[in-house]
Amino acid sequence: MTLSVLAAEAVSGGSSVVHDANWFLENAWLIPLLPAVSFLLILFFGKRMPKQGAEIGIAAVGLSLILAVLTGFAWLDHRDNFEVPGTEEHALVVEADGSAGSDELTLTAAAEEESDEHAETDEHADEGHEASHPYVAVQNSTQWLQSGGIEFNAGILVDGLSVMMLFMVSLVSLLVHIYSTDYVGGDRRYTHFFAFLSLFTASMLFFVVSDNILQMIVGWELVGVCSFVLIGHWWEEKPNSDAALKAFLTNRVGDIGLLVGMITLFFAAGGGLTFDTITINSEIVAGNVSHTALVVAAASLMAAVMSKSGQFILHTWLPDAMAGPTPVSALIHAATMVVAGIFMVARLYPVFFEGMQIGGSSINLLATVGAITLVFGGLLAFVQDDIKKVLAYSTVSQLGYMAMALGVGAWTAAVFHLFTHAFFKANLFLGSGSVAHAVHSFDMKKDMGGMRKFMPKTYVTFIIGSLALAGIFPLAGFWSKDEILVGTGGWGLFGGTGGNGAYTFHLTMGMIGAGLTAAYMTRAIYLTFHGEYRGGHHDEAHGEDADHDDAHAHGDPHESGPRILVPLYILSGFAILAGLLNLPSGFQLVPDSWQERFGHFIEPAGASYFPVIGHGGPSWSLAIVSSAIAVGGGLFAFYYYFVRVDRMSKQLGESLTGLPDGLTSRNSLARVGHKVLVEKYYLDHLYTGVIAGFTKGPLARAAYWVNQNVIDRAVDTAGTTSVRAGRVIYDRIDQGAIDGLIDGTGKASDASGQGLRHINSGKVQNYAAILFAGAALLAGAFIIILAL
Amino acid sequence: MLLNQFLVLAAILFCIGVYGVLVRKNAMLVLMSVELILNAVNINLVAFGALNDDVGGSVFALFTIAVAAAEVGIGLAIVLLMYRNRRSIDLSEADMLKG
Amino acid sequence: MTDFLNDWGLTAITFVPLAGALVMMLIPRDNEGAHKQISLGASLLALALGVVLLFDFDYGSAGSLQFVTDEKWIEVINSRYILGLDGMSLPLMALTVLVMPLVFIYSWNHIPEPGNGKAFLILMLILETGMIGTFVAQDLILFFVFFEVVLLPMFFMIAVWGGPNRRYASLKFFLFTLFGSALMLLGFLALFFLSKDPATGELLRTFDMRALTDVAGAGIVRSSQLLIFGGMFLGFGIKVPLFPFHTWLPDAHTEAPTQGSVILAAILLKLGTYGFIRIAIPMLPEAAEAWAPWIGLLAVIGIIYGALGCLAQTDMKRLIAFSSVAHMGFVMLGIATLTDFGINAAIFGMVAHGLITGMLFFVAGSVKERYHTLDIGRLGGMLIQAPRLGWILGFITMASLGLPGLAGFWGEFPAILAAYQPANGIPVETFRTYMVIAAVGTVLAAGYLLWLLQRTAMGEPSEEFADDPNITDVSRIEWIAWTPMLALILVFGVAPGLIFEITDPAVVESLNNCLQLPAGCEGVAEATQAAFGG
Repeated sequence: MTLSVLAAEAVSGGSSVVHDANWFLENAWLIPLLPAVSFLLILFFGKRMPKQGAEIGIAAVGLSLILAVLTGFAWLDHRDNFEVPGTEEHALVVEADGSAGSDELTLTAAAEEESDEHAETDEHADEGHEASHPYVAVQNSTQWLQSGGIEFNAGILVDGLSVMMLFMVSLVSLLVHIYSTDYVGGDRRYTHFFAFLSLFTASMLFFVVSDNILQMIVGWELVGVCSFVLIGHWWEEKPNSDAALKAFLTNRVGDIGLLVGMITLFFAAGGGLTFDTITINSEIVAGNVSHTALVVAAASLMAAVMSKSGQFILHTWLPDAMAGPTPVSALIHAATMVVAGIFMVARLYPVFFEGMQIGGSSINLLATVGAITLVFGGLLAFVQDDIKKVLAYSTVSQLGYMAMALGVGAWTAAVFHLFTHAFFKANLFLGSGSVAHAVHSFDMKKDMGGMRKFMPKTYVTFIIGSLALAGIFPLAGFWSKDEILVGTGGWGLFGGTGGNGAYTFHLTMGMIGAGLTAAYMTRAIYLTFHGEYRGGHHDEAHGEDADHDDAHAHGDPHESGPRILVPLYILSGFAILAGLLNLPSGFQLVPDSWQERFGHFIEPAGASYFPVIGHGGPSWSLAIVSSAIAVGGGLFAFYYYFVRVDRMSKQLGESLTGLPDGLTSRNSLARVGHKVLVEKYYLDHLYTGVIAGFTKGPLARAAYWVNQNVIDRAVDTAGTTSVRAGRVIYDRIDQGAIDGLIDGTGKASDASGQGLRHINSGKVQNYAAILFAGAALLAGAFIIILAL
Repeated sequence: MLLNQFLVLAAILFCIGVYGVLVRKNAMLVLMSVELILNAVNINLVAFGALNDDVGGSVFALFTIAVAAAEVGIGLAIVLLMYRNRRSIDLSEADMLKG
Repeated sequence: MTDFLNDWGLTAITFVPLAGALVMMLIPRDNEGAHKQISLGASLLALALGVVLLFDFDYGSAGSLQFVTDEKWIEVINSRYILGLDGMSLPLMALTVLVMPLVFIYSWNHIPEPGNGKAFLILMLILETGMIGTFVAQDLILFFVFFEVVLLPMFFMIAVWGGPNRRYASLKFFLFTLFGSALMLLGFLALFFLSKDPATGELLRTFDMRALTDVAGAGIVRSSQLLIFGGMFLGFGIKVPLFPFHTWLPDAHTEAPTQGSVILAAILLKLGTYGFIRIAIPMLPEAAEAWAPWIGLLAVIGIIYGALGCLAQTDMKRLIAFSSVAHMGFVMLGIATLTDFGINAAIFGMVAHGLITGMLFFVAGSVKERYHTLDIGRLGGMLIQAPRLGWILGFITMASLGLPGLAGFWGEFPAILAAYQPANGIPVETFRTYMVIAAVGTVLAAGYLLWLLQRTAMGEPSEEFADDPNITDVSRIEWIAWTPMLALILVFGVAPGLIFEITDPAVVESLNNCLQLPAGCEGVAEATQAAFGG
């Protein structure tokens, strides 16, 4: 691979990027590299290792986590103390580097080459909270290839957002790795599982440190493939491979938007024809990009976000993805991959902010889709019997929150919610896995109930996770969700100022969502942990634990081991404490320096590549009202389940599954509504049955029919017509006419002979007659000639 | 002055002879008709010889008589053989050389 | 050494396989071992020569022809024996000399019914000569000769060693392609008769491709140019295959023996696209500009249509055949943009497709050998019974659907990118529509490929084959034959620069003449934001 001198990009107003900073920040490419190497090692050597390769994976991710933490500290230091050197022009320095990592052939090799250093200047004043130091990101890239005059670079971009993601991804991945050693122990493809967990981690880390949009596409697709492989981990059973296909194909549909959007940005940004994220963003912020291009790009990228981050209407793959093992669901479909879309929007925020004109309006596509998602997803969570599906729809709903937050301009709120959500959602998923591990099933109604007697520790962590999810003070979810609601700027009653516009509709939806969240989680808790234990009467293994051979007999379920519980504890701890990272800036109970820590370090406020966005001031009244709604929702569900249903089941002596239907049996509207929810708004019918079925079935067959009977028929007809024409020509013209002519001469001779032979009658007197006649004629002729 | 009569006589004899050659079926009669034709020619020859006081006419007639005699001899021989082989001398039946 | 290479290197590499075939003809049929050794030896010798040429190639001047041989040949029509290698032909020639030995290795214990290895291997050697010759020929008549030479061996390979419907398939392949070639020859002749030297206005009367490229159709009336291009379009388009001239491909691929399918997919299809970028476009840029939207239209129709056709298939090989139509659609889209970026993408796509689809046909052949059927409905659970084979199929499937990090991505994505901004004079909105349609095509590609993977590799083995002892995993011969291709798919996926560096100068050079036209067909690098006026 060739190295080249990085060209300086002088963007108007200077750019908030340097290439020369703390060692950890410059070399953050090591963080994705380690799991990538571990993937290869596990693939080739894993089976021979004592722990089947799991130790390689855990070691690699653990190292990545340590590096990520150190990088995080480096960033904290950098953010507050970095002095941008002077105002000199860019110095170009070429540095030879022989380390062409061609042995690590996968994704990371290209991205992780060190290159020349380049210092740029920026004296851009920070806006908003702290005024002293500008926000400066660190970029490090090298040329990957060149074609047709266009350069493709590979590199890393380290700023607050990437650092946060690095930490979160590696931490959750490590916890999931440890968890999996117990959960997936004895699995038919244990080594393979860990190999792909490593590959996924590497891909996700690679994705979040990308410095250009082409690399983001590469990372995006790679996490999609890992998701496909891991969802279909037990591919012997068709529903699992179906779910994997569905996930991949739905994401591919969104990828159409990704490709179109990225290509549009490539061409539209400032005439530079570049994939570089910073450049594109800076150009947009500086106003050099045409609005049409931004609208097209934003709309196209929306499609990608909708599919990858499970927004309504492309969310249908997410619940089906629960067919994969629970650690996979926790890691990929709760904490990391699904937030890739949100991350992309956050990273390319100027595109959306300008393209959708988020500031100063009251409705836009991103916010509205997010708002609809969060309510619809929440509604669907009510009718699920499978605990993982409840959590899956809850994830859909929470992703809706994040999307909506980005859509209303509350960037920090969205990213903060992403951060906190990863912890409590992973906590909930792993908790559900812990329960399922004990009862070998995920069906709440049939096989669970009263689990808090058997699994108290899991119960406690689950409660903590649910409270955080519902947004109860003072757990993490409260802070992040509240910030989103504030950010909508739709609340103006008692104190608090608006954010970027007046998104009242979205505020309403957000509040409804809060109530729904609390309600469905309460339902799930009741069905799982309270009441009577309904399990124990399944003999054959079912569900995805089908092949899990664990030692304990099918007696009473018992608490899980430490390798499952410790990750749960750690995640619960984060669920409780993470909120403290971003206390709002009016929170008088804590000193000023504790406020808005997260936002200070993560949000690129004032950077040249980030638009100027407004921030909503905190509002106590809003917090109280939203908490009240959440608590109210929880209480309503509590009453319904814990009191009424419980009472009913005790009265009738029946287990939950045998209870007569409640509301739905009395009210036809409720029944219809319930049916719609159970059928997931018939979207799956639409996608799988109608669209995919049509494409795969009648449409494909029609195309093939056209191919065989129209196009090929034409070809074949051409062939047969030629043959027939040839025959005609042969028979009529060749044999008939031309040959006939030749034959005709023969025939003519024959005929004339036939005719003339009658002169030879054999009779002498005839001959004599002819003789005399001839003689007379001659004589006559003779006389006449003589006379003349 | 007698020439015309001789010529007419010869012509009549010639025509009778031609008629006989062409129409009569009996081979003997055909031969006799051929004799008539030849004699008609002879009369012509002598008549003109006398008219021109040239002995060549008579000489030619003598030639003709000799040739006629030879030809009759052969002709009669053919007819004889024809009779021996077919028991008939009807010329209309003798068409074996028909093409 | 360098002198020898310069003068005779290309001749050597072209005719070494033919020499091997001649040697083989002297050896009796029964001695099959000797035949296999000689044929493999000949192709390995060609590969060695290829490697030497690769090393000796001056990458700094990849834009100009190297190792040029220019000898007298047919004086009366002014056709000379000219060979040359530049950045555009190098990857394709390298692909050929690499894939052929692998096919010979595969044939070591895979001679199809009804046997007669001698004839089979000789035919493949003749094919190799024809293919290499096409890629290095620089004279139109010479090009035509090599172009046609490949038809007969492939015809016989299908007709004698093919599947049940081989008579129809082989005849269709042969006649269809020949029909196109006839028109193409007309085009060549027209170029011969009509090309004028722009400086003097004299008729050139030459078949020399270099001279004709320099002239670039100057002095030929526009309507004639369109017709000549049309003739060549048909000739090359049928070979690509471009919709709607593609119908010979599924039959030919399905009925051909494995080795035939691999060669057909990996290399023969590239002859058509190579013809476009070497001959049709550089020599008639004005006509190319006029035809480009239509070529693009047929290309994107092919992408979608090929994918839909795949979804309707029940035979694995036929499915892969239709996928070739779809993939070549991407290549043609890249070519239709007439930009150096797009054509670079097309060449990369050709190499990638050659490796990937060649591997797919190898796998299909191995499946046929083990299961004795290619009916997808009857297959299943390959990952259980033959896990490595299933893994390879999975890997290739991912490569084929354009996963970044593997070669296929760099064939598809740059083509889509290039479609956004085609050359000047070509309607931009049309091509942007094509771009979106092509992006939709990637979804369909993922669909049929993963569907194939799911049904053949995943799940449980069907009852029919569950206990079949024939279902073995990948054999040593197969590993030897396949590993280079698998490795290259990965290497090119991660380091695409290896190919782009070579092709770029040559492509820019070939499109140079477009710059002289008033409308021009400049590269993307100089394109402005015409559509988005800031």
